[in-house]
Amino acid sequence: MSVLLLVIPIALCLGGLGLGAFLWALRSGQYDDIEGAELRALSDE
Amino acid sequence: MCCTDAALAYVEAHAAWSEANTTPSLGRNYEAFVSRDPAGMARAEFAVEGVRCAACMSAIERGVSEIPGVARARLNLSDRRLAVAWAPEAEPEIGAILERLDRLGYAAHPFDPRRPADAEAAETERLIRAMAVAGFASMNVMLLAISVWAGNVSDMTPENRDLFHWIQALVALPAAAYAGRPFYEGALRGLRAGRITMDFPITLGVVLTLVMSVVETARGATHAYFDGAIMLLFFLLIGRVLDQAMRRRTRALAENLAALRSETAARIAPDGSVRDVPLSDLAPGERVLVRPGERVPVDGIVERGRSDLDRSLVTGETAAVPVEEGATVHAGALNGDGALVVTVTAASGGTLLDEVEGLMRRALEARSSTLVLADRATRLYVPLVHTAAALAFVVWLLAGAGPHAALMIAVAVLIVTCPCALGLAIPAVQVVAAGALFRDGVLLADGTALERLAGIDAVVFDKTGTLTLPEPVLAASGDPAVLAQAARLALSSRHPMAAALAKAVPGAGPWPGAQEAAGLGVRVLVDGVESRLGSPAFCDAQDQAAAALAADPEASVICFRAGKGTPVAYPVRQALRPDAAEVVASLRASGRRVVVLSGDRPSAVAAVAGWLGIAEWEAGLTPQDKIARIAALKQAGHRVLMVGDGLNDAPALAAADASLSPVTAAHVSQAAADALFLGRSLAPVLSVLTVGARAKALMLQNLWLAAGYNLVAVPLAAAGWLTPLIAALAMSGSSVVVTLNALRARGSRPERWEPAAAPAPAVVAPAL
Repeated sequence: MSVLLLVIPIALCLGGLGLGAFLWALRSGQYDDIEGAELRALSDE
Repeated sequence: MCCTDAALAYVEAHAAWSEANTTPSLGRNYEAFVSRDPAGMARAEFAVEGVRCAACMSAIERGVSEIPGVARARLNLSDRRLAVAWAPEAEPEIGAILERLDRLGYAAHPFDPRRPADAEAAETERLIRAMAVAGFASMNVMLLAISVWAGNVSDMTPENRDLFHWIQALVALPAAAYAGRPFYEGALRGLRAGRITMDFPITLGVVLTLVMSVVETARGATHAYFDGAIMLLFFLLIGRVLDQAMRRRTRALAENLAALRSETAARIAPDGSVRDVPLSDLAPGERVLVRPGERVPVDGIVERGRSDLDRSLVTGETAAVPVEEGATVHAGALNGDGALVVTVTAASGGTLLDEVEGLMRRALEARSSTLVLADRATRLYVPLVHTAAALAFVVWLLAGAGPHAALMIAVAVLIVTCPCALGLAIPAVQVVAAGALFRDGVLLADGTALERLAGIDAVVFDKTGTLTLPEPVLAASGDPAVLAQAARLALSSRHPMAAALAKAVPGAGPWPGAQEAAGLGVRVLVDGVESRLGSPAFCDAQDQAAAALAADPEASVICFRAGKGTPVAYPVRQALRPDAAEVVASLRASGRRVVVLSGDRPSAVAAVAGWLGIAEWEAGLTPQDKIARIAALKQAGHRVLMVGDGLNDAPALAAADASLSPVTAAHVSQAAADALFLGRSLAPVLSVLTVGARAKALMLQNLWLAAGYNLVAVPLAAAGWLTPLIAALAMSGSSVVVTLNALRARGSRPERWEPAAAPAPAVVAPAL
C-alpha cells in the first residue's frame, strides 16, 4: 500500500498543475476575447 | 473675452443664410479621450461598429498599426472594442485613427477614459477563479471518494479509508474556503441587511457538511461528505459564472452603443478654442458649442445663436421649437440649422430633468419592494428545511438514538436538501432567456424583469421614436436616378435630414471631395458640374419646396440640384416603424389592451393611432399624466408593459410593471427600462413577451422539480439511509435535470443575431 503514498501526491500535483495553467491563462488575458481567438488561429501572422 | 474666439466666429458665420458662407466645419479635438499609463504610453479604447469576421479584424489591426506613432492595436472581437497604444514619444491622434477606420468602412468612437472602472470584469474573473478551484478540488476529491465507496464494499482497510478521508479534507477544506467566498459574503451581506438570501442555506449547508465530515473522519467513521460539499460549490459557481458572463456581455454591448452615439460635447475653452470632451468632463458654467444637426449634449441656457430645436426625445412633441438667446434647452433636443453657444446649468431644482428623476425614483422604489420569485422561493424553503432537520433530530432522540446519531441524521437532512437545484432553478432560466433575447436584439438589463414580463396584458406605447422611427425618413422618392445622385451627396452631410436621404439608397458611396457648409448643405464638383444638396435657398428650389410642403404640411424638405437642372425637393418626415401595424395587430389578437400615451399634439397622435387601429389614445400628456394613466390601468387589474423612449417617458417606464426602450432612447429612459431593443423593427415587443412567459413557466417548473427532488431525498435522509453515494447522485442528478429544463427557454430559432448588423434596407416606410 506504500505505493499509494507515491501515486496520490503525483495525481494531486498533476491536477494542481492543470489548475495552475488555467489560472495563468486566465490572468494573462487569454480568455478576454474568446470569439477573436478562434479566428486569429486562422490568420497567417 | 468671448469676442475673439473661434466658437463665436463659427456661430456668427452660421447664423446667417449667406451663400458666401461655405467654411468647413470646425475640426475636432479628442485629446480628452486619451489616458496615459505609468510608463508614459498613451492609450485609448474605441467602440467599433460592423466588425464581423476574421478579415475585418486583421484589416483593422493592420490599418491602424500603420499609422505613425501607433505602437499596438488590438481588436477584441467579443466586445467589439479596439485598444490602441501609442509609442511614448509619439503624439496620440485619435482623429487619425477614426479617419483610418472610417476609410476602412467602420464607424468608431473613443470611450471616455474616466467612465467607472469595469468592476464587472473583476467580478467575472474572481468567479471564474473560484469555479476553477472548485472544479479541480471536486474532481480530485471525487476520485478519492469513489475509491472509498468501492473499498467499503470490498476489502479496504480502515486505516486506508481514514487516510483517504484525510487527504480529501486536505484538498476540500482550503478549496471550499476559497471557492465558497462569493456565497459566504453574499450570506453575510444579506444577514446584515436583515434578509435571508439563497446564499444563506448554501453557506450553512457547506459549512455544516465540512464540519461534520471532519468530525466523522476524526472518529474513523465509514462516511465522509467532502465530495458533496465541494461538488455543490462547483455546480453553483458554474451557474454564477454563466449568469455573470451574460450580464457582462449585455453591459459591454450597451456601453459600445452609448459610445457610438458619440455623446460628446464641444467645450469652448476660455481662450476660445473648441475641443470635444466626454460629457463627464463638463462642469456647470462652462460653455459648449452645438453645431447644426447635432443633439444638445447637456441642459443649459442659450447664450448666443438662434435655431430651431426638435424636442421629440424630450417631450414627444414633433414640431420644431424656435430658440434664441436666454432660452432653456434640454439634453437630447436635436439642433436645426443654426449653431448655438449653450451655458451648462447646474442640476438645480425645478428643471424638467429633476422633476422627471424625482418621479422616476419614487416609481422605482415602489417597484423594488415587490418580491421576486427567487426571494419567495427562499422564504418558503429555508424555514421548511430547517424545521425538517430539527424534527428529524428530535424524533430520533425520542426514538432512543444517541445524541450523536440523531445529530448526524439532522445534518444529513441539511446536506441533502442543500439547494443545488433550487440555487440553479431560476438563474439558469434567466441566463438562457437573456441569451435568447440577445439574439433577437434585446438587451435585458435585469434578469428578474423576465418574471414581470410574463403576465403582461396591457401594452402602453409612446408615439414619437417608439411607434415611429427615431429618425425622419424620406416620404416621396421621385426619379430613382436623381435620387441615387442626391443620396451619394447626402452621405457627406451630418444633418439628420440628409441621413434620411442617404438611407433611401443602400450601397451608395460618397463623392470624393464633397464640401459641407453647416447650415446650408453639401456641394461637390463632378466633371465640372456642381451638384448641391441642402436648404431650398441653397439649391434655388423655393418653388419646389413650397409645392412639396403644400402637399404634405407635416413634412420638412431637403433639396437637390445637379448643375443648372431643375431642382428636386424631397419631403422628409416621421414615419412608423416598418412592422408597427403587424405588431399592434398581433398584440390585440393575443387579447392584450393597447394604449398610446403621447406628449405630442392630438392631431399627430390621432393620425398614428388611426393608422394602427388603436382606439385608446391620449395626447399632450405630461410625465405625471402618464404615470397617472398607468396607475389607473394597474388599478383596473391590468399588468402593464410600457414602451417608450423620451425623457418624459422615464417615470412611466419605472411605474409600469415592466418596460422596454429603443436603444435610441434618452439616457434617463434607458436607465429606467428593463430592456433595450435595437434596430428599426418593433417586433422585440412581441419577443420579450413570449420569452418572458416561457421563462416564467420554466422557472416555476424548475422550482417544482427541485421541490419534488427534496420530497424524495428528505425522507431518505431522515430515515438515516443517506450515504455519500446517494447524496452525490441526487445532487448532480437534480442539478442536471434543472439545467437541461432551463435550456428550453432558448426557443426554437437557431439563427444568430449580429449585434452590429448592417442597416436595414431602406424601404420607404409608410408615411403617416
